Amino acid sequence: MKEVVVLSGKGGTGKTTIVGSLAALAERKVLADCDVDAADLYLLLSPAQKQTNEFWSGQVAHIDADKCNECGLCQDLCRFDAIHEFRVEEVSCEGCGLCSQVCPTEAISMKETMAGHWYISDTRYGPLVHARLGIAQENSGKLVAVVRQEAKRLAQEHALDYIISDGPPGIGCPVISSLSGAGLALLVTEPSLSGMHDLDRVLGVCRHFGVPAAVCINKYDLNEENTGRIEGQCLSQGVELVGRVPFDNVVTESIVQGVPVVEYSDGKVAREIRQMWRRLAVMLANGTNKK
Amino acid sequence: MIVSVASGKGGTGKTLVATSLALSLSDDRKVQLLDCDVEEPNDHVFLQPEITGSKAVSIPVPRVDEASCTYCGKCAQVCAYNAIAVLGNHVLPFPQLCHGCGACSYLCPEKAITEEPRQVGVVEWGHSGALGLVQGKLAVGEAMAPPVIREVKRCANRDGAVIIDVPPGTSCPVVEAIKDSDFCLLVTEPTPFGLNDLVLAVETVTKLGIPCAVVLNRVGVGDLGVEEYCRQARIPVLLTIPLDMEIARLYSRGIALVAGMPQWRSSFLELFGRITEIVDERSRSSKR
Repeated sequence: MKEVVVLSGKGGTGKTTIVGSLAALAERKVLADCDVDAADLYLLLSPAQKQTNEFWSGQVAHIDADKCNECGLCQDLCRFDAIHEFRVEEVSCEGCGLCSQVCPTEAISMKETMAGHWYISDTRYGPLVHARLGIAQENSGKLVAVVRQEAKRLAQEHALDYIISDGPPGIGCPVISSLSGAGLALLVTEPSLSGMHDLDRVLGVCRHFGVPAAVCINKYDLNEENTGRIEGQCLSQGVELVGRVPFDNVVTESIVQGVPVVEYSDGKVAREIRQMWRRLAVMLANGTNKK
Repeated sequence: MIVSVASGKGGTGKTLVATSLALSLSDDRKVQLLDCDVEEPNDHVFLQPEITGSKAVSIPVPRVDEASCTYCGKCAQVCAYNAIAVLGNHVLPFPQLCHGCGACSYLCPEKAITEEPRQVGVVEWGHSGALGLVQGKLAVGEAMAPPVIREVKRCANRDGAVIIDVPPGTSCPVVEAIKDSDFCLLVTEPTPFGLNDLVLAVETVTKLGIPCAVVLNRVGVGDLGVEEYCRQARIPVLLTIPLDMEIARLYSRGIALVAGMPQWRSSFLELFGRITEIVDERSRSSKR
């Protein structure tokens, strides 16, 4: 079983568009939406939700006003500036529990938080594991880990060949959680200076965690000079360029219709993505993934 | 006044709006732009700032003096992040997991734990013309953005206008970047993805009690879902930017919208005027 995670560094470069299309193209796979902050993949796959699970993770402090003698020790010691006027600001509390340990009147207790939900759904492309982190919650990395673990379990149970994950933007906690131990990272970028700058950072994260990477340049014709520079960089860094997808409003139209673009149209965008999947499948078969 | 520019979904135009708003205002007043998208900071691409200073951002992590340690296990027991373990006669800190809360060092009965800084990123400051820029950069391979964001925000100078470029999403880094703002602009695009993530972003700012309005970018393709939602939820749409290849090309070359198309400057000044009205109205009604 081979796991491909689609990342980008910069947001809005087309990760979900690409994953939706790979969902339609790859055989025998589980889909995983690891962007638990802003999960959009389900909008392309018309899932039927089969299972909903609560995600309990982390704690927040709670001060019992009746027991509090307003000594202020908790406020002085809190490194997260989460206690003001003897009240806990829940969104700032990182759940370390120091305040509850030191409170001389035992007025502070730690409460478990329900930090979100995760789901298993059926789609006509195969099973989808997705999640929704509660608003303003922490622990997105842990929820991503749950999504990946469930996707892996399903893939093993049904002897499927691929796990295809839609990753979050950025390079921080949920990205690291999506990436570590994956077989291949497909990095979707765009030929803007911002996109290139962000690609460089996410490539650094792939190297840091020893995950091989391949690059897809989306909307490559928006700035062909920059596209050339990305291609040059890929070549010099030994990173395979697997796709060049042109800009086309047909992508937005397919999102509005709620279907993967390769099923919506048979134009240049769809042809490029099909070709890219063939290249990726070869890369995966040639053993970028030893698992 | 602090105005943050956020979005839920990535790539909707936060950086475009934040840089053009800040540049437009900087012609005749004191403005600071804080790039709090510390995982992928890009404002510098559009501002080409002269960087005049920087400082390391560190988390205090435990250092155990094994000579005074009795291996009682208290540190491991109080650590909420499993960032320190006691195995027989060994104490093993895991600095990557440490949030720097200080519980282990404070609660160690033998005072055997001191703290040492572990660098997770850097904050840099400088200016581009009259516009001040502060940006944070999370080090590659590091997971925790909030400490870097906190340091960027510590550089805010409330004497003038402060514009904050927020990372995408709705979780802890976003909250860290947005909180204490007087107003939050939510940049989105007219697609089902844009709508889905806008609704989440609105929930986030509502939870923080911050007034918000929408900037709708790339209008021309897509659908009417976002506009309908804004009407129903009574969220004002203060600016629309069309899907325009010229704008996309300027962006791709790292040229701020108001630098490449100066006719947009008045739209951004008007946008800031509307924001000021809303914030003033709100503070008047809360005083009543």
